[in-house]
Amino acid sequence: MIAWLQSRAGRWTAGGFAFLLVLPAILPELMPANQANFWLGNIFGRAIVFGIIAMSLTFLATYGGFVSLAQMSVAGVAGYVVAITVNGAAPSIVGGLTYVTAIPLGIVAAVLAALFVGVVSVRTRDIYLLMITLALAMGFFRFVETNIAWFNGYEGIRNVLGPTVFGLPFRDPHVIYYVSLLLAATLYGGVLYLVRSPFGLVLQGIRDNPRRIAALGYNVALHRVAAFGVAGFIAGCGGVMMTIYNIGISPGSVGLGATINVLIMSVIGGLGHPIGAFIGSLIFAFFDTFAATIYDRNRFNTLIGIVFLVIVLVSPDGVIGLAKRSYAYLKAKSAPQRWDKPT
Amino acid sequence: MTLQLTLTILLNGLTLAALYFIVASGFSLIFGLMRTVNMAHGSLYMVGAYVGYAVFEPLYDQDVWYAWYVGLVAGMAVAAVLGVAMQKTVLGWMQGQELRQALVTIGISIIVADQLLANFGATSRQFFAPDAIFGASFVPGVGRYPTFRLFQIGVAIAVGIGLWLLLNRTKVGLMIRAGVDDRDILSACGVNVPVVNIVVFALGAALAGLGGVIGATAQPLAQGVDGRFLLISLVVVIVGGMGSITGTAIGAILVGLAEQVGQALFPTYSVILTFVIMVVVLALRPQGIMGRAR
Amino acid sequence: MTIRVSRRRALQGAGALAVAAATLKAPAIAQNAPIRIGSVATLEGPFATGGQDAYRAMEMLFQAENMTIGGRRIEWIRESSNAQADVALARARKLIEQDNVDFIIGPLSGAEGIALKDYSATLNGKTIINGGSGAADTTLRNPSRNFFRFNTDGTQWMAGLGTYVRRTLNVSEVTVVAGDYAFPYAQVFGFSLEFCRLGGKANYLWAPLGTTDFASQIAQIPRSSGALVVVHGGTDGLAFMTQYAQAGGSLPLIGGSIMADATMMSARGPHRRLMVGMVSGGPVADVIDDPQWNDFVARYKRMPGAFPSPSIHAVNFATNTMAAILALKQVNGDLSGGQAAFQRALQGLKFKAPTGAEVSLDHNRHAISDVFLNRIEERNGQPTTVAFQRATQINQTLGVPEAQFLALGAPSRNNPGCVAAS
Repeated sequence: MIAWLQSRAGRWTAGGFAFLLVLPAILPELMPANQANFWLGNIFGRAIVFGIIAMSLTFLATYGGFVSLAQMSVAGVAGYVVAITVNGAAPSIVGGLTYVTAIPLGIVAAVLAALFVGVVSVRTRDIYLLMITLALAMGFFRFVETNIAWFNGYEGIRNVLGPTVFGLPFRDPHVIYYVSLLLAATLYGGVLYLVRSPFGLVLQGIRDNPRRIAALGYNVALHRVAAFGVAGFIAGCGGVMMTIYNIGISPGSVGLGATINVLIMSVIGGLGHPIGAFIGSLIFAFFDTFAATIYDRNRFNTLIGIVFLVIVLVSPDGVIGLAKRSYAYLKAKSAPQRWDKPT
Repeated sequence: MTLQLTLTILLNGLTLAALYFIVASGFSLIFGLMRTVNMAHGSLYMVGAYVGYAVFEPLYDQDVWYAWYVGLVAGMAVAAVLGVAMQKTVLGWMQGQELRQALVTIGISIIVADQLLANFGATSRQFFAPDAIFGASFVPGVGRYPTFRLFQIGVAIAVGIGLWLLLNRTKVGLMIRAGVDDRDILSACGVNVPVVNIVVFALGAALAGLGGVIGATAQPLAQGVDGRFLLISLVVVIVGGMGSITGTAIGAILVGLAEQVGQALFPTYSVILTFVIMVVVLALRPQGIMGRAR
Repeated sequence: MTIRVSRRRALQGAGALAVAAATLKAPAIAQNAPIRIGSVATLEGPFATGGQDAYRAMEMLFQAENMTIGGRRIEWIRESSNAQADVALARARKLIEQDNVDFIIGPLSGAEGIALKDYSATLNGKTIINGGSGAADTTLRNPSRNFFRFNTDGTQWMAGLGTYVRRTLNVSEVTVVAGDYAFPYAQVFGFSLEFCRLGGKANYLWAPLGTTDFASQIAQIPRSSGALVVVHGGTDGLAFMTQYAQAGGSLPLIGGSIMADATMMSARGPHRRLMVGMVSGGPVADVIDDPQWNDFVARYKRMPGAFPSPSIHAVNFATNTMAAILALKQVNGDLSGGQAAFQRALQGLKFKAPTGAEVSLDHNRHAISDVFLNRIEERNGQPTTVAFQRATQINQTLGVPEAQFLALGAPSRNNPGCVAAS
């Protein structure tokens, strides 16, 4: 831990986290108070919430080599389970539970759903996996959109206000921000820890050469399915936060657009490191909110599509890759100057 | 349920399957040779349909009999050109990077859908079939039945036979089949693989355009059909087996029948039936019904 | 440790918020600051045409006021959603919190309306006036004190239709084909309530939202039906009608409110032939014998890109925008005091909608107004909806006492409102 904190990555991470912790105090200095609240809750808070979901995809892609498009659906499962079971949601489908029980239930359901996705796609990889998970995601979307009895169809379930935290309502931007930040930091730390554990190493081994890992006596299928389960836990946490953030959930939250948006976030940020999910998500939230100001609102999709396309074409490892390469380039450029100096 | 109703529903399933086959066969063809998952396949469908409609409408207003056929050809041509453009400009030089290609085509499909919205607006459109294939015909056991839906079956069979002849009886087909097995050896034999790729991409895209015009005659053309037909192509190909024309036909029939039968028997849950089929097939035969084990 | 930090920050932030809120009140009272109006309509996806038309009508009304009310300039900030609840919510938050608008007019579709109603309940001193959304529960169950709706909802739009089919057409059995989601439920409920009370028998065939192939459903329509009631919207409706025409269907047609809308009628296709003669209910028609409407249409037609006649969304947004303008005029553009005076003015409004229908609000801040029975006629080679009957001052519960109406339960596929008279 100490050694890690002294490493460059560790210093950056700790510094970034410290910055995010004090951000709510800095924002009001930069802009009027109402805008500061908006930025806190609906740019940064939202970016962190969707970043968690995107991180579940990044985790699978980076360490397992599985680009799963079902992550938004898994998040949606958690969100729907909370909305279906919690008190106060409208319409009340089952109800009767408090957030303290509904939220863990939602996350458990998400893990189960993710395990199911893992089992169904266990023998496939790469583009086959992409196709199958997309088909599953769309199947889930069409189901919740057309099923009234459990999911209230197209209208979805509203009025999921969230619990109160230390006496403050969840709707307070500071609460949303800090809860999602701490949750994201915990999950992020968990992912970094997990990939260094024996499980994470086997997983990366499977990514690079499944046969060799199988020959070493590991159960490849079991590890793969377990990786989906872990990603399901992350996505489930994100899904619960997303549902509370949106005061409810409806099929649009898990539709094709939403599914692709999570992919866009992950890819823009970079499928090389979990932090990419949050960077991509922040960029996405920014573009999504201010597209009307910086570009024609109606053509937002063209704008984000072009950004996505350029990233995939120019820098397949996303903004992180871009930053790494520019850093290396600058270093290479500045290095000779030092050597030029007469000794 | 009466016998007549049962037969009608089965026939509905088959005619729908015919449309799905036309669209998915192009997807399967491109995939079979190049391992390219063209996530913009639905966009090609939509571009073919919209451009075909733009050509068709003024001719229809002049009341010429060939309006629909010209629209059909235009739709196929534009889809083919767009497909070739995609292959030449971006997909070609990342051949082999399958995942990246899939991501690129997702990016393209987002932009294409938005540009179609900008240029054609959101009003639903529909082709009118020429008089010869509009209206109803008598089908034994079913009674009066829409002629155009029967015509769909005819087109699907023609496409199926055409593809079979192309793949099994021509030199290009020989190259394509060889390419499926081993691209490197094919290249070493002096075959210009990039050109074969472009031919296949043009053909697959043209089939999407053909599906677009046929589909937009049978059902309305509106925003969002790109996602729908991409999804159908995915499921059909996953169920039938990647890269097999026979498999695509079987997959299309299963999906088409499931949709219609499900809608008649349990409308609320009909959507799931398709995906249950997919999951069951994947559990038993991950490579699809006719797919070869990898 | 971290928790304590977060809590302190949160409390600090909350304090900062309170101070900021206090300082912000000052400029709001200033008479020369612009009135900031936000709007949310659907400009993406399958409903985009309706959203564009809604903005066309709003622009026309604001222009007529020279973009000024009570000496204050109107600043109109347009946002667009894609008919998805969470997107509409994100846009509304941006308008209220980032752009600091005084109130929002919108959204267009049902799920979005319910999402914004819930959001409005969390606001203080801000108002959301509906745009075109027509789900009953936006105002009927669990209403929000900051949400106002001056257009009628799906159930109201069917007022008079059931009676017309049973009495005037003398049809005793109908088949209802409808989308399997909330908006058609509300309309079917409104229709069945009247039709079954008069002894009519109704069969129901539901199709999931987004169904494109209705062939099997068409094959299931019972032969004993005397009429077909089609309650589909947009693309689903077009698909159904085209396939019904292709299958050689010939039953008399009764339409839900958005079946006979301008957006549907301007689409070309074989369905048009079949739709001539169709009777439908709704808040608007192409031809209404009313000077207010004729004037509105004439002005609308001068707008760039206008349809031959304003769509249902344009009329609903216009009705709500008119209400906002009238209330702003009453308070002379003064939105101070947490908009209390403005909201009181909205609640007390009584005015004529673009269609000439008188509008006022009930205690849930929902419209009581007139709806029309329309017939589709060929006029100048164009199918045109012509209003031939007007049901006046219809409230949200169709005249049934509210408690009794609520006791019937929310409309659904299992509760289509077909209760025979006892």
